Parts: sequence; structure tokens; C-alpha cells
Amino acid sequence: MLKAFFQKKLPTFELEIEFSLNNGILALVGPSGAGKTTILQCVAGLQAPSSGEININDKIVFSSEQGVNIPIRKRRIGYVFQDYALFPHMTVEKNVMYGKPQKGSIPNKVLTVSNVLEMLKIEHLRNRYPNQISGGEKQRVALARALMTEPELLLLDEPLSALDQDTRSTLQQELLKLQVQWQIPFILVTHDLQEAEMLGDQIIKLDHGKQEELRKFDKAQ
Amino acid sequence: MEFSYVPIVLSLKVAFAAVIIVTCTSIPIAALMAKREFFGKDVVESVITLPLVLPPSVIGFMLLYVFGKNGPLGKLFEQWFHTRIVFTLAGAVIAAAVVAFPLMYQSVKVAIENVDQNLEKAARTLGAGELKVFFTITLPLALNGIVAGLVLAFARSLGEFGATLMIAGNIPGKTQTMPIAIYFANEAGDTGQASVLVIIMTIFSFLVIYGLNRWGKGSRRDSRGGGA
Amino acid sequence: MDYAPLLISLRAAIIATIVTFFLGIAAACFVSGYRGKFKGLIDGVLTLPLVLPPTVIGFLLLILFGKNGPLGKLLMSIGKTVIFSWPATVIAASVVAFPLMYRTVRSAFEQIDQNIINAARTLGVSEWKIFWRITIPLAWPGVAAGTVLAFARALGDFGATLMIGGNIPGKTLTIPAAIFFAAESGEMRKALIWVMLIFIVSLIVMTLMNYWTDYQRKMIAAAGRK
Repeated sequence: MLKAFFQKKLPTFELEIEFSLNNGILALVGPSGAGKTTILQCVAGLQAPSSGEININDKIVFSSEQGVNIPIRKRRIGYVFQDYALFPHMTVEKNVMYGKPQKGSIPNKVLTVSNVLEMLKIEHLRNRYPNQISGGEKQRVALARALMTEPELLLLDEPLSALDQDTRSTLQQELLKLQVQWQIPFILVTHDLQEAEMLGDQIIKLDHGKQEELRKFDKAQ
Repeated sequence: MEFSYVPIVLSLKVAFAAVIIVTCTSIPIAALMAKREFFGKDVVESVITLPLVLPPSVIGFMLLYVFGKNGPLGKLFEQWFHTRIVFTLAGAVIAAAVVAFPLMYQSVKVAIENVDQNLEKAARTLGAGELKVFFTITLPLALNGIVAGLVLAFARSLGEFGATLMIAGNIPGKTQTMPIAIYFANEAGDTGQASVLVIIMTIFSFLVIYGLNRWGKGSRRDSRGGGA
Repeated sequence: MDYAPLLISLRAAIIATIVTFFLGIAAACFVSGYRGKFKGLIDGVLTLPLVLPPTVIGFLLLILFGKNGPLGKLLMSIGKTVIFSWPATVIAASVVAFPLMYRTVRSAFEQIDQNIINAARTLGVSEWKIFWRITIPLAWPGVAAGTVLAFARALGDFGATLMIGGNIPGKTLTIPAAIFFAAESGEMRKALIWVMLIFIVSLIVMTLMNYWTDYQRKMIAAAGRK
């Protein structure tokens, strides 16, 4: 369960956003420079909003009123970066193992590296380095690495934009499956409306910091 | 006259000690300067890198003021360790460390700044604290630059002449390092001793440059493999 | 107070800067265009004075320009000696300053987007014109930084100058040497005046150099964003 409403001053306009999401995928669409990545970074804690509140599973992680700003590493958020940000000096396995699940994680979900690698079909890449694998494979490794921390929320920043059409469709299907499997909310940033319509249970269109709800359907309702 | 190996041994001692000091001090300072913003940072930066452009005799003069018999640190040192710095090998180490520091500092700082910040952010989203991020991501990815800085600092320490002469003097067997031995051997007309030391230093210096150029090319190729 | 060291130092540094300015650009231009297998060797030799101890440079210059050295003999035949005369201070300063000019300019050349040069070629511009109208203007901050660094290094040389120029007051005694000998004989006040002067010059150089590194970083960041 994620509830967020906040403002963030950007150099050319002010971003204003409000959404809530129980389960399923929220797609944020908009042209480049609309503030999509800023929203993700605010939710993750890489940037702080100017004002507002962010609430994950009834825990306030940011509140300008109460002066709360929980550091990023305690927010239990998975983040998949646009360029994947895989650590070039570590093997796939070391990358995936970098973030271990923290204390207080859901006890019945006992994850091993092998589980995760298998689920994403990258077992055979275990000992390779990031510069030895393809773009689609890097994407899977980045997903595996984020999921390994057992996040309560997964943020994906244009995860498929650098991939060719075929790999892209395959990964779109898998993202849908993953969400059903994991039962945590995903927020997906994309500039492609078609992709948003295909993946998003909710779709928010952004333009100059203003939001327009295109679809609202919450699986839990 | 017979060839003396002592200056080589002394030079190596000085260079190793100086490089250890420089490594321990420059990495934390460079990390701080690369990652934090604070008031007066430009001034600090200039002071840190000043020995790079100061003539060695100016550095020597300033070291004499600070570490001399009546200098603030000189007095302190004498109280604690009951020895002087001036005209001892400790003085040579300090001179070498001061001139080598900015070279190491600059290499390390540039290397740290060149580490892709997204990788550090990614590590934070995976639950890593600042220290873990620094030691598992930033430092390993900056390693090439750090090693290059280390080699440069070592070469610079080994070659220090002016400042060393002023603070450590020219005491054969005690503070007479290679560059100083070359000068005084030549003065005294002992061309044989000077030539051997000159040949050693020239070959060593050439290897340093050649090695660093090779290393630079290799590391540039490596670091490109990551991200996109 | 004897001002002769100031004049001697300035003369040496200014002439050396002019010499290295042209030689440095020419060498940088040659090496960045050279694709042969001796590239590493040539670059190594040109950079060598940067890493060599000053006394080694001085010693090698003595061999070259001494009574029995190849260049020394040549000069002798036209009735000139360089050792322990003022041209020696210029030679020493030029040699130690050269690698700084060469390396800074070369890195500035190599940072220029090759596509811009190629675009100029497709427009039918001659290589000579490309060099003066495109390469040099684009590399200008690097050329300026190299010149400033070379000047500072030329002004500050001590060991090499001492070996081939000696320390003849009013003839070859430069400021760095004057500081050394003043401190040596306990005339700390006299040394201090020279130190302050050099200090101010060095601070100016440092500030200019920091501007250059900032500029360079911005260029790299801009190139990475593409």
C-alpha cells in the first residue's frame, strides 16, 4: 500500500502529484522533462520533495509537516535504474547478492540467489560480468538485484526503453507475471503510452508537473 | 672512487615512507573534497594543491619555518620524540610527502568524481550505508586512478631535491638521497658515481611514464563495460 | 636588497615559456596525429623531464652542453659557451617546463570531438585551416592552462638550473636559488621576501589552473550526456 502526495520545485516548473496504490502497476507517462524520474527519486528517497507526505504500508517515510525523511536504505524499496546501474566490477551473482534482505522481512518468503536467478532465467549468467551480457540480460539482473532485497515497493525507471522490440515484448509479459507473483505495487515510468496502457493498472499522465488520471483500477478493490 | 649504494637505499626508504603517509592522508581528504560541499572549499583546494606549483626551495623554506628548531611543529616533535626533524631522514620524508601529496590527491579525487553516481545511488537503494557504498563501490571503481596516483607520488618522492636539501641537508649515509648524491658527486667531479645514479633514475622514470600510459589505456577500456 | 635574481628569473621564465609554447604545441600536434608503433616511446621521452629529478636533468644537460658534449662542442666552434652563463638558465627552465605544456595541450587536442574535425573535412577545408580555425580555438583553454603551468614551472626550477647555470650573483642566480642560499646563510628575512613574491605568483597560477580543471570537467560531463 502506497500513498503519496507531494510538491517538488524544479527549475522550470513545480511538480505536484497525488496518488495511492494498493497493488498492481502504476504507469507514469509523459514526455522527457515532465518530472517522471523526479517522482520516483522522491519516493525512493534519492531526492526530498519540497512538501507533502509519502506513506508506504502505513509507515510514513517522508513528511514535511512532521519533519520525517527516512533514509533510502531503510525504506524497503526496490529501484531499477534506467541504465541498470549494474556494478561493473562484480559478477552477476555478486550484484544480485549486494543488497541482502533486512531484518523484519516477510518470514515465509525465504529467497535465495538461485531462486531469484531462476525466476528471471539468468542462472547461467551467474559468473559473468555486466560487460559480458546483453541489454535484456542486464535488465533481468537489475530486476533480480532489486527483488533480492524483498522490497515492499518496486520502482522502475524506463526499464525497457533501451531494448529492441522483441526483448521488450518478452520483458513486458514477464513484468506483468512478476507483479502477480510478488503482490507488491510497482511504479513504472515510461514515455511510451502504448506500453503504459499494456502494463498499467493505473495510468497517470504528466505534463509540466500537472497530473491527469487516464485509468484507475486497483486490483485490491 | 668506489660506487656507493647507500643513496639508493635511503631514497627508497624515504619514498616508501612518504607514499604510505600520502596514501593514508590523501584518500580520505580527496573523498571529502569530491563528495561534500562546504564554505571555502575553493580556498582549501588551492592550499592543498599549492606545492604542485611552488618551487622546491620555497617549500623547503616553509618546512624549515614549521619544523625547524624554533618552529611550532619542530618544538612539538622534539618534546614528544626527543629528536629533531631538521637534518634527519624524517625531514626528507616530510619534504617528499609534501611535494608528492598534491599529485596523489588530484589523481584520487578525479578517480572518485568519475565513478558513476548512479552506481552509488543503486547501492543505497539496495540498503547500503555510506561507508559500505564507499568501500564496496566507490573505492574499487576508483582503484585505477588511485594506483596511478600512487606511482606518480612514488616517483615524485624519489626525485625530490630542493626541499629535501634544505630541510634534511646533505649528510652522506644519513640524509643523502639519490638526487642529492648526484648533485654533490658531480660537484666533486665524481662523474662515475653520478652517472650510475643518473642512469638508474632515468630508466626508472621512463618505466613509470610508460607504465602509466599503458595503465591509463587499459583502465579506460575496463570502465566502459558497465552501465549502458 | 638586490633585485638581480628577479630579472634573471623573469628573463629565463619568459623566454622558456615562449620556447615551450611553440615546441609544446608542435609536439602535441605531432604525437596526437602519429599512429606508428613508437608512439609510447616518443611520448615517454617527451614526458621524461616531468618525472626525472631536477639534478638528473641538470646532469644530462651538462653532458649535452659541456665542454666535451655534442652541442657544447658545436657552440664552442662558434665561440660560445652555455654552461654557467645566462642562456643556461633559459635552457634548464625550458626543459623542465616543456612536458607540462606538451601534456596539457595534447590532452586538450584529444578531447576535441573528432566528428567536428571530420565535418570540417567533408566541407573541403584544408588541414592547415582546420588546425588554426577549429583545433586551436577549441583547445584554447588547454593551451592557456599549459602556458601558465609552464611559466610557473620555469620560474620555480632550482636543481637543474643550479647544475648547469651555477649560482653566480647577477648572472645566473635565480629567485629559487637565491632563497636557498639566503636560507643557508641564515638571512631568513631576505629569503622571506623572495618566498612571498613566489608565493603570490603561485597562488595566481593555482587559481587559473583550478578554473581549467573545472572547465575540463564540465566539458567531459557535457560529452557524456550526449
